[in-house]
Amino acid sequence: MSELVASGKRNITRQGFAAEEQRQYVSITIDGQMFGIPVLIVHDVLGPQRITRIPLAPAEVAGSLNLRGRIVTAIDVRLRLGLIRRPATIGGMSVVVEHSGEFYSLMVDGVGEVLTLSASEFERNPATLDPRWRDISLGIYRLQDQLLVILDVNRLLDFTRHEAA
Amino acid sequence: MDDLLSEFLTETAENLSVLDVELVKLEQNPNDPHLLGNIFRLVHTIKGTCGFLGLPRLESVAHAGENVLGRVRDGELIVSAGTVSLILQSLDCIKGILSVLEATEAEPPGDDSILIAKLNAVAGGASADEVAGITAVAPASPLAAPPPPPFQPPFPVTARAPVASAPAAAPAPATPASAAPPPSEQTREVARVEAPQPPAELADEPEAARPSAAAAQSVEAIKDSAIAAQTIRVSVDLLENLMTMVSELVLTRNQLLQIVRRHKDSEFTVPLQRLSHVTSELQEGVMKTRMQPIGNAWAKLPRMVRDLSLELGKKIDLQMIGAETELDRQVLELIKDPLTHMVRNSADHGLETPDERKRASKSETGRITLNAYHEGGHILIEISDDGRGLNTERIKAKIIQNGLASESDLDGMAEAQIYQFIFKPGFSTAAAVTAVSGRGVGMDVVRTNIEKIGGTIELKSKFGRGSTFVIKIPLTLAIVSALIVESCGERFAIPQISVVELVRASADSEHRIERIHGTPVLRLRNRLLPLVSLERLLRLDRREGDATTESFIIVAQVGTYNFGIMVDRVFDTEEIVVKPVAPILRHLSLFSGNTILGDGSVIMILDPNGIAASTGEMTVSENAQIDAAAARDTHDHDRTTLLIFRAGDGGPKAVPLSLVARLEEIDLETVEFSHDRPMVQYRDKLMPLIPIVPGMKMQRTGRQPVLVFADGEHSMGLVVDEIIDIVEDRLSVELAADRPGFIGSAIIAGRATDVIDTGHFLLQAFGDWFHAGRDKLFDGRTKAKRILLVDDSPFFRNLLIPILSVNGFSVTSADSADDALTMVEGGGTFDVIVSDIEMPGMNGYEFARAVSASKWAGTPMVALSSHTSPQDMERAREVGFTDYVPKFDRDALIHTLNQLLNTEKVA
Repeated sequence: MSELVASGKRNITRQGFAAEEQRQYVSITIDGQMFGIPVLIVHDVLGPQRITRIPLAPAEVAGSLNLRGRIVTAIDVRLRLGLIRRPATIGGMSVVVEHSGEFYSLMVDGVGEVLTLSASEFERNPATLDPRWRDISLGIYRLQDQLLVILDVNRLLDFTRHEAA
Repeated sequence: MDDLLSEFLTETAENLSVLDVELVKLEQNPNDPHLLGNIFRLVHTIKGTCGFLGLPRLESVAHAGENVLGRVRDGELIVSAGTVSLILQSLDCIKGILSVLEATEAEPPGDDSILIAKLNAVAGGASADEVAGITAVAPASPLAAPPPPPFQPPFPVTARAPVASAPAAAPAPATPASAAPPPSEQTREVARVEAPQPPAELADEPEAARPSAAAAQSVEAIKDSAIAAQTIRVSVDLLENLMTMVSELVLTRNQLLQIVRRHKDSEFTVPLQRLSHVTSELQEGVMKTRMQPIGNAWAKLPRMVRDLSLELGKKIDLQMIGAETELDRQVLELIKDPLTHMVRNSADHGLETPDERKRASKSETGRITLNAYHEGGHILIEISDDGRGLNTERIKAKIIQNGLASESDLDGMAEAQIYQFIFKPGFSTAAAVTAVSGRGVGMDVVRTNIEKIGGTIELKSKFGRGSTFVIKIPLTLAIVSALIVESCGERFAIPQISVVELVRASADSEHRIERIHGTPVLRLRNRLLPLVSLERLLRLDRREGDATTESFIIVAQVGTYNFGIMVDRVFDTEEIVVKPVAPILRHLSLFSGNTILGDGSVIMILDPNGIAASTGEMTVSENAQIDAAAARDTHDHDRTTLLIFRAGDGGPKAVPLSLVARLEEIDLETVEFSHDRPMVQYRDKLMPLIPIVPGMKMQRTGRQPVLVFADGEHSMGLVVDEIIDIVEDRLSVELAADRPGFIGSAIIAGRATDVIDTGHFLLQAFGDWFHAGRDKLFDGRTKAKRILLVDDSPFFRNLLIPILSVNGFSVTSADSADDALTMVEGGGTFDVIVSDIEMPGMNGYEFARAVSASKWAGTPMVALSSHTSPQDMERAREVGFTDYVPKFDRDALIHTLNQLLNTEKVA
């Protein structure tokens, strides 16, 4: 356990939580994989929206949409993770998060329930994980029947770093 | 009340109340330099504004107060209670004058010399006793009390002088007899002496002054705040916030309206209409809070120009037109400095000295004109001067010196492109850096500031005639009017400010998109307009089965660069609130922001500047563009603006526009006949009407277009059937005509056109008095001056000979330089030689050299050319031409000739 805290320190301090605490995550699914987003940064959960495409924008930027008079940039998380575009059969949902004063709508396949997870179930990223995934993952929670990847939203939305890399 | 005055009153009232507080603080804390600085600044501001508004009484009191404070600030005086109360007293005096000012809009008459004397005495380091002494002699109210009749200062007369004549004078003379030690030391001494006894002074002096001031104030207390109560100062941020909220409200209202429109007979309809109404009024009201007349930004210019004119030794007349034009306060603030800067520039660089102006035969007084007006949701501000204009050569030299472009690059550039360089950072062509300007900071800042608020700046200049800057700015920053367009099913907004016009192109219409190696272009009014495909530019995917093509062209203008944006469809214009795009999209220079439309959808706002820049970055097209511009430019030299008209039978007819004085439409009923020749009364004179076709029957009623040709006193009207167009084209007469009145035929705008011989018609009109009038025209000159006209083009010879003859010259013509030189051998002499530059065989430059080598050396020579760039002129001067006149500028030629020959006569 102590080893886990030490090695996971980078991630944990970044997200600012202590290992002993219980944390709440909104679970989302992308391409069959379950992800978690800290519930406190989630502003809205939206169904399919009318999205205005932004030409010349990075591929992951799906466009922008109007959320109660605010313009929100929609990010296709599938493309951000290097997956294929969502098949038309899946309607898709969005989770709106705030990142440095701006709202972003993360487009995912589906949104599940809010999970309360304890630190004892937390595991750091496996060393063999795809670098692209490792980059945006804060760590893994061992759930009963599957694994939950915690999304590092700051990194997910940090396009400049991504582009430089 | 004058806006300026009421603003001044509000501002000063505020400053004064701040001062009261600050001064008391200073008394408790006399060594706080920050506090002192602040107080000094406030008093200084009051003084400055008074001086500007022409309020001498206020100014002199404030000035004296400022003097004291200045010395305190510089550490030459130490603050004592006495000093503070004296200053407070002067503030009370200012307040008193202000309250009268507010009521009557004029300064009350009165004399403040006692107070000023006291202040000056303190500033000069006078001891407390003397200051008190003044009080004792004249304890008059500092208010509008008349001066005590025989005012005798209790201190030596030497001290009186600076008070009366120049309160700003050095304070040293104000010190009485003991002025021997250096002032600084002495003042310190005085201050130290003074320090122990402030209570006495405090009790004594203010009481003498205050009762009356207090009484006056209590009476006028209500009046005092009248203005202040009517206007309040609200932070711009608050208004800004309010504006944003209202903008949001408007958008939400629009959305609601659209929803309700879909459901007929909704119970929401009526309340929503009311909401809509209120929202509109609210929006208008909030907008109004931010609107201010542009005159506010100009208010300080007359004074500045006056000072500049003294400083620079130039006579400047500043004209301001449209000062009442209103625009958003925020915009106003942002253009204030650029405007000031540009007027400064015009005065310093633009206008010449009176001597130079006289030499250029302009009036001694230079004129700077500011003109503001609304045009299509924008405000246009023109700053023009009638000065020397931009010197392209100097700019070019500077460009090369600064390494901004190479010489060969510049050769290919149009003037307008070269002018753009003055907007580059660190670019100043002023030969000398003056205190006023020329330090190379400026025009780039001006442009940046203007572009920051979504405006554009353009520059037109004519060497020797002056320059005009045109600033186009949106009325308000919060809401802009935008054109909504569609391409490949995606909608975009284009700010209306950069849209010049819309053109619909189709294969069978006049406007057809043509392609050069895949690059689309459009012929628009005899120019090739480069086109940008939005589909390609934004890499949009055209859906299959989407048959619409990009057939609408939005002609946009960025600076002087015009280009067309091809889109599929054009919708309406819509008022939009510009919102910045998310940070991760900031690098997309093609968009200036995004917005939410009335239907709730998000739309990207295209940035024409970005589009222009990004298309320019494609090197191939940039070169093509510059080449095209260069080609057009070189072409321009040979081009002539021609007026195309129809008269009689046959094809269209043309005449160089520069020969036509005016186009008129005359009422045929006013035509009178004298000796069977039709005439009209035109500008209090009789003007003969000449039909192009002899014997053409004129209608008796209706209106008839007439080309008016004027020569000196005489004008003549050439009757035509219809004026078709004005085109710019090469004028090359291909077929000489044998019909009188015609020079020949030329292909103009793709059609065979008859070029008329103006000279023929002039002779027809003035034939009668041609010879008789010569003496009269000559102003006593007995012998006609002989002119040798050398020009290879029969057209110009035919054109100029009658004109010169009419003006009283005897003209001999030669069709080549060789021909002219044979006349030298033949022994002919002329008073002046007028020569074309471009001629086959020996050209004008060579001819001029040959002339100066011959026995004609010394004969003044005038070059006549369509090339009017400064380097051409320079070259012509080098080879010996006395003057250089642009072809077709008839007036300039006559003027130049007269001037040359008159100076000859004098010399």
